[in-house]
Amino acid sequence: MTNIDVERIRNDFPVLHQTVNGHPLTYLDSGATSQNPISVLEAEQEYYEQRNAAVHRGAHTLAVEATEAFEAAREKVAAFVGAETDEIVWTSNATEAINLLAYSFSNASLGLGGPPARRFSLGSGDEIVVTEMEHHANLIPWQQLALRTGATLRFIPVLDDGSLDLLAAADVVGQHTRLLAFTHGSNVTGIINPVAELVALARKVGALVVLDACQTVPHLPVDVQALDVDFAVFSGHKMLGPTGIGVLFGKAELLADMPPFLTGGSMITTVNMQAAEFLAPPQRFEAGTQRISQAIALAAAVDYLSETGMDRVAAWEAQLGQRLVAGLAEIGGVRLLGPGVGVERLGLAAVDVAGVHAHDVGQFLDDAGIAVRVGHHCAQPLHRRLGVTASTRASTYLYNTTDEVDLFLATLAEVAPFFGVSAGATR
Amino acid sequence: MSDLQSLYQTIILEHSKERHGAATLTPLAEAVSRGAATGLSVAESHQINTTCGDEVTLRVSIAAGTVTDLVWSGEGCSISQASASILTDTLRGLSTDEARALLDNFREMLRSRGKIEPDEEILGDAAAFGGVSRYPARVKCAMLPWVAFEAALIETESR
Ligand SMILES: Cc1ncc(COP(=O)(O)O)c(C=O)c1O
Repeated sequence: MTNIDVERIRNDFPVLHQTVNGHPLTYLDSGATSQNPISVLEAEQEYYEQRNAAVHRGAHTLAVEATEAFEAAREKVAAFVGAETDEIVWTSNATEAINLLAYSFSNASLGLGGPPARRFSLGSGDEIVVTEMEHHANLIPWQQLALRTGATLRFIPVLDDGSLDLLAAADVVGQHTRLLAFTHGSNVTGIINPVAELVALARKVGALVVLDACQTVPHLPVDVQALDVDFAVFSGHKMLGPTGIGVLFGKAELLADMPPFLTGGSMITTVNMQAAEFLAPPQRFEAGTQRISQAIALAAAVDYLSETGMDRVAAWEAQLGQRLVAGLAEIGGVRLLGPGVGVERLGLAAVDVAGVHAHDVGQFLDDAGIAVRVGHHCAQPLHRRLGVTASTRASTYLYNTTDEVDLFLATLAEVAPFFGVSAGATR
Repeated sequence: MSDLQSLYQTIILEHSKERHGAATLTPLAEAVSRGAATGLSVAESHQINTTCGDEVTLRVSIAAGTVTDLVWSGEGCSISQASASILTDTLRGLSTDEARALLDNFREMLRSRGKIEPDEEILGDAAAFGGVSRYPARVKCAMLPWVAFEAALIETESR
């Protein structure tokens, strides 16, 4: 991909063509949420204009059409990440997908789901392992699961450069480990974790693996089968899709044995006043009226990404990511969180500007029309580990140009002088 | 003056570095009992702005209806830190009624989305936060220490 391709891509994104604070919008916050191409917006509108009906619940024509489109979306998303169609469960977002797992395991720990679900049950003596770089979404549900079951939560520490301490990992993941949950790509440092190595550690001790793929599925070709993880989660709104839709991938044989999390309509076979029988996955985990338009729009987003080519997207963003860190290294008083130039990374970078709080940095950039994320990016433990309370993150996507990266860098260089901090100052 | 300059007035940037009243706080229980022995009512409040992680702990000492001392510790953006610094300068020595009136005026101005011009007669240096009122996302930052003051003041009265 080149800047010329990007210009063509940008034409498909109406929101990018606006002025913010007197400047053309420079949107560098796709790590938080991405923008939608016209095809996605139209898919959602077309659904409401022509096919709106409850899925899996009616015999009339619209209900049949809606159900077909809803299930076709599942097939498309499954193929996009190398899963079988029935291995894809719709959720509201990645956070809900992780909670679905945690509550299903919690229910299994109470004996629900019978003997087949025992493989998910946790109790005192069992260990759940996460990493120090997790987004709160992949930390707090496990903390809570540990509290509910008496299991112990342990973590793989992070080194000074932001990468996982893999030597320590070999110790932390041990015979008591039942579950290993970690992020594929860090939303703060842009580090891509060595999945194969971590999965091997888990396999050695028979632990289940949960992969937080929120920052990778939108940006890299991801094949969950090739990665050999048991579960993976991601969010539609970070991959050109709408808000309100997320995905849980689970290996078919595992989903089959898991007790449900949310219960109610649409997830049962027979019901009497005392008890109910549940449907097979994925419906077992999709109680209530579903996010139909969102699933259909997400399928349109997947089409957009597939047509562009995930290899090309990944290569472009790798280029933007390297340009970001190379440029940051040239600005005095700016500390990059995580590894620098030359190390494989996602197309994002978070920095600490010495003497200027991230919120002020973000305000200064916003004044120039540049949208970035400031704060702890839902990763307080990682920020604490790296010795900062907050940072400023620029994150790119397939619609960002090299000029936008350069504008961000040039504007960031003006921050310290504006706030009267000499470059190289420390707090 | 650009919008950004009206938000970050020189006086705000200066206070964010000078941090008047900032101190390492001694244990609260100690301060409360020491205060009680000398007729001071001491209380503090810790406030967090969850959007950006700004934190302020403000300790208030009241004697016979007058704000005699204000100290704080905290971390955060220049707006919240400067606001704490200016608060200590502005409210120290006022009666609690005067302090409350000033706080109300400050809050009303901040929430006005730029419609109410800050009254320098009333607000003194705190009038510098006038530019903040045009940035709704930053109003919380400016209000943080003032909210802490309000909560601490109520607590001194319940003692
Ligand atoms: C690495 C990572 N995990 C999990 C999440 C949570 O995603 P969501 O808020 O869409 O559930 C995010 C995004 O905020 C993320 O970046």
